[in-house]
Amino acid sequence: MEFSEHIKTANVEDVVLRRPFYQPTKGTLCVTGHHLIFSNRGGDSARPFLLLLRNIDAIEKSVENLLGYSRLFSSTGQSQRPSVSSGTITLKCKDLCVLQLDIPGMEECLNIASSIESLSSLETVSEMYPFFYRPPFLSLQDQWGLSSTEQHYAQMKEIHDGWRVSQVNRDYSVSPSYPPAVIVPHSIDDETLVKAARFRQGGRFPVLCYYHRETGTVIMRSSQPLSGANRKRCREDELLLQAVIDGSELGYIIDTRSSQQAQQARMTGGGFESKSCYRGWKRLHRQLEKGKVLQESLIKLVEACGDQSHSVDRWLSKLENSKWLSHVQTALSTAGLVAECVERDGHSVLVHGSEGTDTSLLVSSLAQLILDPDSRTLAGFLGLLEREWVQAGHPFQQRCAHSAYSHVRLRHEAPVFVLLLDCVWQLARQFPLAMGFSEPLLLRLAKEVYASDYGTFLCNSDQER
Amino acid sequence: MALHVYFCVSPCIVFVHHVRSEQVRMLDRFSNKSTSGTLHLTATHLIFVESNAAVTTAAQEIWILHHHIASVEKLSLTTNGCPLVIQCRNFRVVHFVVQKERDCHDIYSSLLRLLRPVSYEELYAFSYNPKQNDQQREEGWQLIDLGAEFERMGVPCDQWQLTDVNRDYKICDTYPRDLYVPITASKPIIVGSSKFRSKGRFPVLTYFYQEKKAAVCRCSQPLSGFSARCLEDESMLQAISKANHNSRFVYVMDTRPKLNAMANRAAGKGYENEDNYSNIRFQFVGIENIHVMRSSLQKLLEVVGSRSLSASDYLLGLESSGWLRHVKAVVDAAICLTKAVTVEGASVLVHCSDGWDRTAQVCSLGALLMDPYYRTIKGFMVLIEKDWISFGHKFADRCDQLDGDPKEVSPVFTQFLDCVWQLTEQFPQAFEFSEWLLLQIHEHVHSCQYGNLLANNQRQREELQLKDRTHSLWAFLLSEQQNYVNPAYCPGHAETHPVLEPSTLPCHFKFWRNMYLQFDRSMHPRQSILKNVLTLKENNRQLEDTVKELEARLKEHGISPPTLVPQAPYRGHRCFPTRPHSLILVAPLSQKEAQQRQEEEEEEEEEEVGEEATECCIDTERTVEGSSGTERKESYGDLQETYGAKAEPAVVSLEFGVARMTC
Repeated sequence: MEFSEHIKTANVEDVVLRRPFYQPTKGTLCVTGHHLIFSNRGGDSARPFLLLLRNIDAIEKSVENLLGYSRLFSSTGQSQRPSVSSGTITLKCKDLCVLQLDIPGMEECLNIASSIESLSSLETVSEMYPFFYRPPFLSLQDQWGLSSTEQHYAQMKEIHDGWRVSQVNRDYSVSPSYPPAVIVPHSIDDETLVKAARFRQGGRFPVLCYYHRETGTVIMRSSQPLSGANRKRCREDELLLQAVIDGSELGYIIDTRSSQQAQQARMTGGGFESKSCYRGWKRLHRQLEKGKVLQESLIKLVEACGDQSHSVDRWLSKLENSKWLSHVQTALSTAGLVAECVERDGHSVLVHGSEGTDTSLLVSSLAQLILDPDSRTLAGFLGLLEREWVQAGHPFQQRCAHSAYSHVRLRHEAPVFVLLLDCVWQLARQFPLAMGFSEPLLLRLAKEVYASDYGTFLCNSDQER
Repeated sequence: MALHVYFCVSPCIVFVHHVRSEQVRMLDRFSNKSTSGTLHLTATHLIFVESNAAVTTAAQEIWILHHHIASVEKLSLTTNGCPLVIQCRNFRVVHFVVQKERDCHDIYSSLLRLLRPVSYEELYAFSYNPKQNDQQREEGWQLIDLGAEFERMGVPCDQWQLTDVNRDYKICDTYPRDLYVPITASKPIIVGSSKFRSKGRFPVLTYFYQEKKAAVCRCSQPLSGFSARCLEDESMLQAISKANHNSRFVYVMDTRPKLNAMANRAAGKGYENEDNYSNIRFQFVGIENIHVMRSSLQKLLEVVGSRSLSASDYLLGLESSGWLRHVKAVVDAAICLTKAVTVEGASVLVHCSDGWDRTAQVCSLGALLMDPYYRTIKGFMVLIEKDWISFGHKFADRCDQLDGDPKEVSPVFTQFLDCVWQLTEQFPQAFEFSEWLLLQIHEHVHSCQYGNLLANNQRQREELQLKDRTHSLWAFLLSEQQNYVNPAYCPGHAETHPVLEPSTLPCHFKFWRNMYLQFDRSMHPRQSILKNVLTLKENNRQLEDTVKELEARLKEHGISPPTLVPQAPYRGHRCFPTRPHSLILVAPLSQKEAQQRQEEEEEEEEEEVGEEATECCIDTERTVEGSSGTERKESYGDLQETYGAKAEPAVVSLEFGVARMTC
């Protein structure tokens, strides 16, 4: 296999592994196509330590004539050749774990470092581990995914009068990032949808994501309308939205950009729903940061956590400086606003930002978590993630290529999903008895989204998968 | 109904000058909500009773003890009425709007008169009577015995003895009568040493680490000035050193910042000169003085009390108040002390200026880290009795119990409780008590309802004959011990981790919302795991009782009980309805609620419930029962309404409620 090209030294003996919460251990290090395997010859821990290479975010190596290395073990009576030069590789993982490997022999060290470097940044999706991973308890024939549009629709009997499942996107021609089936108002035919989709960025026309039983109102999401500088209109899009609030007099559009940003978006062909064209819809702006700002924020946060100065003031100012908690706060308060609109005021809500693949998903899924007890169960939550993130086309591959330690700054990188998990955790702090799942699930998800044995979070949209 | 309750709950209240004002509105500090009701002013309490409560919920009542009120402020007249802002020492802030200005003025001026007691006899403790006879009261005072506590530590022993030099408070009037000193410290040495120490507070034993025979001693600063020395004091330290064979020297921890200690030298005080003492290692640990702490907490309260606080402003404010930094400094000092004693086996002498503020904090916190006994409910009381009460922490001055010098007021004890709370957060299994005990103790430091924490030192307490005239707080707390139990407590933890080693990473120091915002319910999580677990435990216990009772009945009828006992609730016995788990965003059912429900349902039980209400004393309403008593939310729909919420503030502060609908 072509992986072997990257592997220059497959095995190294006498490597010392240091990781948090464990004693430094000594054993054999082995590099394979997807994993770093460390096995302890002592046999006291029978299971070897496996690290998915995909998980590695940054690698630092330092080569030195390590006298300290031999001294460390001289007390245990093991013989060491003091003249051997060796190196240390520090692996910073995307799940924020930092490992250190002490490798005897300079050449081996450099070889391993370069193998890890090239193997951890494989670009082709089909070479990634999930394609090779075959867990013994699952087979590929089993049902894939917990929830689908059709299942979701079937669960909500109440909406069958006013809403239908549309297969308009079955070959991904209308919107490449949408799933094949979406829920839309009954009165709107597929032709209208196709036309409305042309008026929305990426073809992401407004679709239903949550139906509130008590008030009969809905949460919809979409991308920005392409009204552009000369204020284009689209009759079909207006019809679609009108059909949503049919009967009631008011609906809210929550724009996750500031009104200034929305105005500016018109210059590049984007835009917003103007009051005169969309009667009965009231637009509210809540600025949620995304993209680079969020990534920088996470990097600063992780830096603050790694600060060794033990000074409370410094910690607080760094935490403040990272602005991460401000982002969490805005995300939650916007979701709270959506929930208020739906639950208290009884009005339908349309959420969108610019592309409708990041902050819109964040807000709509948090709002559902707040409103819907079913989505707070374990299965419900995973189903929610499946629908609102995986199927709705959050570009996981672009957003989660690197984490906080990486020096590579990719344009599309953004920890929106991590932000979601943080928001969920905050909710769980306020309502410890409301969630059917606990912190470890969120941690596990945060890890899986960056590097996983499973294929769920691979790729950018349903179409690619 | 409401009046009936007053008499039930607290029969001791005499309505001396009962001012009553109807149509008063109470504003929530963090939202635009308000409740209207009636305000009553009695001799001891200010009471607000909600008037138009829904049928389903119990009317909200707020009882404010006059001793708790720190300040009353009358704001300028508005169209709605006359606003009155009352700030309490237990961090309650209430904002009333009284419709009639005359009423408001009456209340304001009466409160001002009642606010500042000038003699101890005016304090609530002297009139408080929980229906106990003299014998019960005496027993209450005997619950905690410091002589027995020193025996538990292994003192007196071959190196340490009880001295009677201070039997009549002749050497030092702020120390207790019984003091423990090294066997080699003769009376002249003690007397000489005490003359060389500020306020005569010479080095005495406060904790003995039996395993290594290392001692923790405390004293006040030496009167060294720039060059003075005292041979007796030097031989006193020599004696302490000799009593411990593990180490050749004694650590002397000056808990002040170096600059402060140097400044004291100009006033003829100062710190030990290492050159004069043959066997000491001297060290500053840098905890700031009472004035810094007072303004720091003041700033903190201003920050967290401001409305629509953003996450940034919260963190910046938290940092600039410096409160967490000070808390960490105290914990750091305690860790330093613990390491010296448990790892090196060296004896340590701790002092600050007068040896009753920072010294008390560091010694007691150190002992808490070293000795699992102090992490039990009773042990924690012993610890406070020993290091704070008997060694003369000036509770009356620091907690402003009597009208005195405002410069003497400082939240030193509050800060100690905060430190303990930080430890309970790091070691949830190690402490037998939950934060409710800490909150309750804090409540009563200011309430002046019990005699223990009154006055400044033991001598004053004896002069006031507190043991004969007031009741003991410890007896009261122990009587309702089950409310303060930490359900996660694991006694085995003490065996595996006798000495706690807390992490000093800054992210472990958090803002204690349940203390500083304890009365602002909108800021709290909607559900409490602690309360839920306690309720479940209680349910369990009740069900077990039911099982036993049923088994006994079966036996009465001559039937041997089957292995599986049906657990159907049977009439006449109290068992709580179980609650669904996934759906609720509601506060778990507390005992009181359950009782109230039961009351509605089963009239025949009314008498019994009534009795229980009598037992429940006024100030407990805030704790277990009270904290959820009025907040019964029946649907998760309330989630949005009450969203002025704050998550664990050290992590994030949320303000959903301020999300107004504007473009």
